[in-house]
Amino acid sequence: MKQASLNRIAFQTIYIKEVLRFMRIWVQTVVPPGVTTALYFIIFGNLIGERIGEMEGYSYVEFIVPGLILMSVITSSYSNVVSSFYFSKFGHHIEELLVSPVPNWIILAGYICGGVTRGVVVGVVVTLVSLFFADVSIHSYLLTLLVFVLTSVLFALAGFINAVYANSFDDISIVPTFVLTPLTYLGGIFYSIQLLPEFWQNLSLANPVLYMVNAFRYGILGVSDINLGVAFAIILLFIVVLASFSLSLLQRGVGIKS
Amino acid sequence: MTALSISNLQKTYANGVVALKGIDLTVEQGDFFALLGPNGAGKSTAIGIICSLVNKSRGRIEVFGHDLDSDPAAVKQCIGLVPQEFNFNQFEPLEEIVANQAGYYGVERKEAFRRAEVCLRQLDLWDKRREMARELSGGMKRRLMIARALAHQPKLLILDEPTAGVDVEIRHAMWDLLREINRQGTTIILTTHYLEEAERLCRHIGIINHGEIIECTSLSGLLNRLSAENFELNLRERLVDFPDQSIDGFALHQLDDCTLEVEVAKGQSINSLFTTLSERGIEVMGMRSAQNRLEQLFMDIVSSSRRESAE
Repeated sequence: MKQASLNRIAFQTIYIKEVLRFMRIWVQTVVPPGVTTALYFIIFGNLIGERIGEMEGYSYVEFIVPGLILMSVITSSYSNVVSSFYFSKFGHHIEELLVSPVPNWIILAGYICGGVTRGVVVGVVVTLVSLFFADVSIHSYLLTLLVFVLTSVLFALAGFINAVYANSFDDISIVPTFVLTPLTYLGGIFYSIQLLPEFWQNLSLANPVLYMVNAFRYGILGVSDINLGVAFAIILLFIVVLASFSLSLLQRGVGIKS
Repeated sequence: MTALSISNLQKTYANGVVALKGIDLTVEQGDFFALLGPNGAGKSTAIGIICSLVNKSRGRIEVFGHDLDSDPAAVKQCIGLVPQEFNFNQFEPLEEIVANQAGYYGVERKEAFRRAEVCLRQLDLWDKRREMARELSGGMKRRLMIARALAHQPKLLILDEPTAGVDVEIRHAMWDLLREINRQGTTIILTTHYLEEAERLCRHIGIINHGEIIECTSLSGLLNRLSAENFELNLRERLVDFPDQSIDGFALHQLDDCTLEVEVAKGQSINSLFTTLSERGIEVMGMRSAQNRLEQLFMDIVSSSRRESAE
């Protein structure tokens, strides 16, 4: 059998398995982000937002729409891969792949695309929810989709690395709780960094999530605190670095081979 | 053709434990080979390395002429593994577990599900195909692992204690299945702690102890080394105060009121003993081997290896 054909079928198999995995438990994986986002819109958008007024020419509820969608995408992509890959290590069924002739990059691609798909599904659900609260029109569909997918890939890769190093279920919740959530909340979802004092503005620039949220906001609303070129360069750089590192981990068998 | 060739395989774990000290092993195509050894001898490490689950420290492995270092994909394509521990996703239906495994080996999805049906029917699990794996009994889970390993039609099937914890009926059914798979041309390597299983199924045997192959020969050649074999004779009537004694060159020892144990040397005919016992009014109703022959040899070989290591 030709390697290209094997790779295609193996990728398809891993991808379908990953999608079926989160769709089987859609009440746990797809519904909660929709509910949480609705609450954000009710509290921050309608109740508090009305007192805040406009931000960068948009009502507050419209301003937070891109950030809330992207936050759900980030969390879903990350948690899908981290939980799926860690669970496959924990239950030893990663061995099904390790004994097979599937190349490491296909294994990685299968898991990442599974995570991205969950991100997309959740993103669509959250977008639909947001339509109940805000009148959203897309400034650039291409840009929006590009940032949406690239961000999802980036955080799926981060989830993969977390899963490789995780030795317990605690380890797969520490990074999301103490790193991912603070970075996301401080990444300009709820505010423009122009509102911050200079020191905090400069510090915010060290947060990679800020670039994604702003690039995504530009795609939807056409406004951004960050230069788009810089945002894309940072996102792509992170993807390249994380993908290379993930592949080297798989190649060396870190966390999965003795 | 050689199915598996291992030379100078060494493994030292990160914690310093030396699991394999440079083993050499050859398994011919079509063979039914038993890899035996006490717990911790290095069997599972060797299998783990062959199947790419464990990184080797040194050595060379070839499977059907493909080198594991230079062409790992070709090696993996040849091998089907039934590991010791359950390692499938307990939250997936059986049909998907088997079909997915075929998919990892490049079998198109439609064909993968067709093969899953064949394998699940073969292992008598077809009725359970839509159930989650966690709902199966222990024996069914063992059978599922065999079905999964067969999904890509491997040329070399490696089974690491496949019948552990399985009831007698299922074990015999699995033996029949393994014989049939082997008869159809699949080379099988089996590790087991049930030496009766190895004796019944395998043609060649390798014994590993302390990370070294201490014996590798044909089963018949190994059994020929037995200098004597013990049998238990079941008597019709109770025997009272039968002291240990030698009758016609046979050493006899009373086990209980109705059982005698007799040691029969290699090449010794047992007919004369029955005649003599009959003349003395002792009627034998049945006889059976006092100990599995391979078990006896295994114990001797491993003990002797331990003594040599100690010296």
